[in-house]
Amino acid sequence: MFESLSARLQGITERLRGKARITEADLDVALREIRLALLEADVNFKVVKEFVARVRERAMGTDLLTGLNPGQQIVKLVHDQLVEVLGAKRHHLTLDARPSVVMMVGLQGAGKTTTAAKLAVRLRKDGRKPLLVAADVYRPAAVDQLVQLGDQIGVEVHTRPMGTPALEIARSGLEAARQGGRDVMILDTAGRLHVDEAMMDELVRIAGVLTPSETLLVVDAMTGQESVRVAEAFHARLPVTGLVLTKMDGDARGGAALSIRSATGLPVAFLGTGERTDGLEPFHPDRLAQRILGMGDILSFVERVQENVDSEAAEKTAQRMMENRFTLEDFRSQLTQIKKMGPIGQLMGMIPGASQMAGAAQEAVDSGQMKRIEAIIDSMTPEERRRPDIIKASRRRRIALGSGTATADVNRLLKQFVEMQKLMKMFSGGKLPRMGGGLGALLGR
Amino acid sequence: MFWRRRDESPDEAPTEEPRQSSEPMTVARPRREPSGMGLRARPSGFGTRMRSIFGSGAPATDATWDEVEEALIAADVGAITTLELVDAARERLRRENTRSGDDARRALATEIRDRLARVGSGRFELGEAPSVILFVGVNGTGKTTSIAKLAYRLKADGVSLTIAAADTFRAAAIEQLRIWGEQLGVSVVAQRIGADPGAVAFDAVAAAQSRGLDAVLVDTAGRLQNKQQLMDELAKIRRVIERRLPGQPRHVLLVLDATTGQNGLAQAEAFSREVGVTGIMLTKLDGTAKGGVALAVADRLGVPILFAGVGEEIDALAPFDPEAFTEWLFAE
Repeated sequence: MFESLSARLQGITERLRGKARITEADLDVALREIRLALLEADVNFKVVKEFVARVRERAMGTDLLTGLNPGQQIVKLVHDQLVEVLGAKRHHLTLDARPSVVMMVGLQGAGKTTTAAKLAVRLRKDGRKPLLVAADVYRPAAVDQLVQLGDQIGVEVHTRPMGTPALEIARSGLEAARQGGRDVMILDTAGRLHVDEAMMDELVRIAGVLTPSETLLVVDAMTGQESVRVAEAFHARLPVTGLVLTKMDGDARGGAALSIRSATGLPVAFLGTGERTDGLEPFHPDRLAQRILGMGDILSFVERVQENVDSEAAEKTAQRMMENRFTLEDFRSQLTQIKKMGPIGQLMGMIPGASQMAGAAQEAVDSGQMKRIEAIIDSMTPEERRRPDIIKASRRRRIALGSGTATADVNRLLKQFVEMQKLMKMFSGGKLPRMGGGLGALLGR
Repeated sequence: MFWRRRDESPDEAPTEEPRQSSEPMTVARPRREPSGMGLRARPSGFGTRMRSIFGSGAPATDATWDEVEEALIAADVGAITTLELVDAARERLRRENTRSGDDARRALATEIRDRLARVGSGRFELGEAPSVILFVGVNGTGKTTSIAKLAYRLKADGVSLTIAAADTFRAAAIEQLRIWGEQLGVSVVAQRIGADPGAVAFDAVAAAQSRGLDAVLVDTAGRLQNKQQLMDELAKIRRVIERRLPGQPRHVLLVLDATTGQNGLAQAEAFSREVGVTGIMLTKLDGTAKGGVALAVADRLGVPILFAGVGEEIDALAPFDPEAFTEWLFAE
């Protein structure tokens, strides 16, 4: 149902293969697909219009970069434009005042209370002494929620008896922060509609008294076309300094971030992921761009790899690949490494171009295909693993018997390994084949 | 675009300070003008847009239909459903052999209304007692508040009921329901935080059986639909209810935030697959969002919309009526 931008563009790439230039007609088709994909990602339609116009401008008259086919070229243009809109730099909170005030505002259910607690955890990690202040006096048990979260993370929560107006709580919270020697106060406020004048007035009054250093608008990543109007309304009444995009661990593409950034210029400060109190990440524009494109998150993948892979072994393997000496032994050790990194479907989703294969790969693991491959390789002698060409009929029968598979399975693996070696030759020769072909073929796809 | 009309009557300006309530445990929000369908409606803004597209008396052209497409997309209907709706409306006009702007507007409204009605939107019956209603959805859509609103409504209709606090995960979710229960005079079956939600649901169903109650409303923790483990847990809650009371839950209501974009389709798809969603409760329609994704869900997945949340107040829940919704949508 959710065809990603990169999946759509792949179709175009196929069609444009072999062309030296992008014609205007090609571009029209491509831009139509881009428009649809951005709309599916919940980017505001006005923002989409502007975006597509800018990509057209950039594409016109651009000569092809060497090494990229026309489709890839368009993907690159889109990616660059996304990063340009999202901003290249990280937004760092400015918390110079003692105590500084961070005010959390947003619609109901965006995740303000959870984010307030997460922010406290993060700021404490940075050496700050935060105080949480519970000023959502409207939602039943909202104060309890923050108090419980405060208990969990070991951060004090300032509360006042039921019936105390939010403004009064904010005021006394600031006083408590001052007296308690806290250097930052995080104010949780009630969710409210941007068209609710009385409730917006309440925030304006609070902001007037506290003069917050940072006012963070908390936005659900699943928000649709209204995101711009909501952000504009909050921004018009309050000194909003940045966005927190929550529920990013879902499968929404987060087009709201692009829309709001494009319409208001507000930077995205953090992304909220998961329900644990440590799930708040600084924002990387390029990573969100890749997510909106559906290209996966190659940087997170690299990080995951770095955390889990024995770097020396990896380097050795890479060298062998380059020198075209990649053996079944290397392949076997790669499989082991990959398994250490977590669910393969999730990993594949992070690799550009491989996201479509994620399901198939996971299935291969789940159905035991991966295990079979391992068993087959394990049943070979070291000599056979290094020189698969010596594996003739009788050795094949022995390996099949030893691994509990059929000779046909052994044949298939050997044949695919030869294919994979060919691909690697291309890699080392500087030619980029389409991602995934090798592993995909090996997994029987 | 038009999205707020209250400045037209400044004498009705809301009170300065949020007024304090007599209830001990929460503070009432300042009262707002009721809005949305089913109540004294603040127009959606979509109708005004339609009028400005078709209003000049000129016939409908390709250009005007492009603008209609844009307006539908701006209402979160989604590109695919939008194209289908516009094609169908244009086809209707062709059949009726007219090109007038008024007819075009009517054709579109009819298409929307019929598609909503076709899947059974608005048809809600409790059925055999005790009727179990399971509330599911992603985080922050308003499940707990919706349960309180439906409980209030059912109780007013003389239905005896209990509420199961089976969101045992989110901090203070149980307290939130308890406060509602006290205010509404409805019993709440609860254990402690971290308890097995299936066990809580089971207890509530058993209690309803032994006390001869008409309905059980089961709250569950919000979960993102791509978290398979959490979806499995939800399926288990459903199975526990089914095993205790075959044929139940009678309703599995997906609580969908009207502000949600196209991810709403993915939500409806996943929750339907895992726990068999029978209807949608569309919340937060009192903002500027039109909830167009619910139309896409109804049309593409055949899931009816049963209720709409149209305000903060406890009585701000309307049974979803395709006719009234379309009227509200096209009102100026």
